[in-house]
Amino acid sequence: MITWMRRNLFKSVTDAILTVVSGSLLVYVAWQALQFVFVTGRWEIIQVNLKILLVGRFPDELIYLLGLSILALVFGVTSLAAGGRGTPENMKMALRLWGLVQRFGLLIATGMLLIALGGDLDSLLFGLYVVFAIVAGRLFGALRKRTALSKLPGWAWVLINVVPALSMIFISIGQAALEEWGGFLINFYLAVVSIALCFPLGVLLALGRRSALPLLRWLSTAYIELIRGAPLFVLLLLAGVALEFFIPDSITPDPIFRSVTVFTLFTAAYLAEVIRGGLQSIPKGQAEAGKALGMSATKITFLITLPQALRNVIPAQIGQFISLFKDTTLAGVALSVFELLNVGSAITKQEDFLGQGLVYESLAFVGLLFWVGSYVMSRESQRIEKKLGVGIR
Amino acid sequence: MSSLPSTPAKTPFYRDIRTLKWAFQIAALLLVFALLYWLYSNYQENISKSNIQTDLRFLDNPANFTIPGNDFDQSQPVRDAFVQGFLNTIRVSFVGILLATALGTLVGIARLSKNFMVRTLGAVYVELIRNLPLLLLITFMNLGVVLQTFPRIEDAWVPLDLFVISNRGIAIPWYLGPSGQLALIILAAVVIAFIVGKIRVRQADKTGKQDRAWIYGLAVFAIVLIGSWIIFGYSFETPFVDGRGSTGGLRIDPSLFALLASLVIYTSSHIAEIVRGSILAVNRGQGEAADAIALSGSQKMRLIILPQAFRIAMPAIGNQYLNLIKNTSLGATISYFELTQVAQITVGNGSPAVPAFTLTLLVYLGISLVTSLVVNYFNRRLALVER
Repeated sequence: MITWMRRNLFKSVTDAILTVVSGSLLVYVAWQALQFVFVTGRWEIIQVNLKILLVGRFPDELIYLLGLSILALVFGVTSLAAGGRGTPENMKMALRLWGLVQRFGLLIATGMLLIALGGDLDSLLFGLYVVFAIVAGRLFGALRKRTALSKLPGWAWVLINVVPALSMIFISIGQAALEEWGGFLINFYLAVVSIALCFPLGVLLALGRRSALPLLRWLSTAYIELIRGAPLFVLLLLAGVALEFFIPDSITPDPIFRSVTVFTLFTAAYLAEVIRGGLQSIPKGQAEAGKALGMSATKITFLITLPQALRNVIPAQIGQFISLFKDTTLAGVALSVFELLNVGSAITKQEDFLGQGLVYESLAFVGLLFWVGSYVMSRESQRIEKKLGVGIR
Repeated sequence: MSSLPSTPAKTPFYRDIRTLKWAFQIAALLLVFALLYWLYSNYQENISKSNIQTDLRFLDNPANFTIPGNDFDQSQPVRDAFVQGFLNTIRVSFVGILLATALGTLVGIARLSKNFMVRTLGAVYVELIRNLPLLLLITFMNLGVVLQTFPRIEDAWVPLDLFVISNRGIAIPWYLGPSGQLALIILAAVVIAFIVGKIRVRQADKTGKQDRAWIYGLAVFAIVLIGSWIIFGYSFETPFVDGRGSTGGLRIDPSLFALLASLVIYTSSHIAEIVRGSILAVNRGQGEAADAIALSGSQKMRLIILPQAFRIAMPAIGNQYLNLIKNTSLGATISYFELTQVAQITVGNGSPAVPAFTLTLLVYLGISLVTSLVVNYFNRRLALVER
């Protein structure tokens, strides 16, 4: 311990000064944060408004649909993770547990915090259901390895796990109108829908920009550079006033429609650049080998180069997803979508809490949710990067 | 083999790769044009129905609003308001880029420090900031820090009697007189110091003696500044509290401070990661070679690692600069009068929204384009000349 300290903290005089300065800064910040969380913070503003922060004005009697969607999603994901080729089984139990805590500890802690803030039996029960869903998912996934389920082709297995979650989500959308969605739920919805829509467009733009055909190349390049030169906020403002002019009268765009359109068109340009980077990283030999086998250009692209390119840039794609997730806050100020940050500012203006300086509490809660979401995603992307061994030979 | 015809049949034109290529391009182009035409015809139809002004005549109307911290008059045309907004955007971007680069580089190097505490501090900073939405930081800086933590003007903080910090803004000592003159003097000092430094470095290269060129440079810089002070006798003015506000010095509006601080904090956390990654990306052999010829730690960093890391980092940092410039548009959410805020206000005052926002968009495009041209120029200058 002392040798470690001497080596890492007090090697020379400058080193010692740096240690003291940065150490006291760290301690001060940590002390202030702890005091805020446990002593001075007035968290009843969050407790009272927990529902509106998380799901907005989602109808109370339909909330069970959201619960079921989450459970189905958790079940599907754990089952897929357990049924995949998976981690080596011969690891020591303690090590595996430690690994799980490292990966999911933050999520579990946030979940427990939300239950504590909810503070009633229902939220506790829901937490238990989530645990059940995880256990059931793991068992179902393990079942695949031992029983006749292993004969199922991969896509059917994925379908079995994904369909319940997707159908629950679609039922929720059908039952509760999107205008009633809000809070963190709408941030998530915007991010997921936009990334799903922009992906095909991004791939096409990336291929177009790398195409040997000059016209296609110019068009794609022009689109990508135009979008990348424009601030998202201004694009959202413009969509707020101008989108209705460009689509037929039969569609009346609501703020959510507008934001999804802009997020999709915007992220597609950035995603295209990421994918282009992936395409450039594939050695020429790959395409040439395809040619030697007599494959057509289309087949070479979609069976050889594109899959490898997409795999190589998975971390960068996740990075794009994270920044889209954070950017969904802009829909609140530009188009008055009732998203988390917007709700967070609005609740400090409620009659009970007005003018009491509760901005810190509300922004801390909003920040926590975004921070946990982004941090977990970036950690997972680093894990995938290591697992794929991209760049390591 | 013998079954092959000696002269292969001519490929029919519909399977000829050249024809196919052209056909494909034309088809794609037609598709794009069809899409554009569809959008355009919708636009025409809807515009004629809704009776909205689409030209730029509104630029000549009086603005009917004032810009804080500026002698802009309400009777001036909207055009001038846009110019002021543009200048404010450039101002924030320029200062923001300088500060974010300095802070980011510092934190990036700190994250690689051998000192555990420094390393941890850097890691906490980067991981905390990078995963928060920028808009949250801006809102926090505005509502939480400036408007709630900063004192009212009656009991303003006056550290060292040089600054006045209150929720009406921050005032700092500033040069008395035309600011162009000051900029010119500083520029001259920098150039002279740079030339002296270069000469010393050349001298050191020739003789092989250790020479601290940067000390000479700094000394010359100081001498030129002090010398010009003595000759021209220019003076600085410190701000002081004056009833309902502060007088003198340079006043930084609360919204400007909040915007600048959050942009610098946010962008520096990204730049720090780029700097760290680039330093790690420099080939290990380079550092080992520097150790082998017994360069000191700082020499190794300064002469061997950083120049190469800088080359790797340049494109990514350029992207961050572009992001920072585009993110200044979020100043509109806290009423800082940059381009987007001007557009929003003038639209609120009755200017037609579509042309106003389109104009704003085009100006940002122009700024981005110029910036990326500059970055690309430096990038090419720095790029490794390969075979």
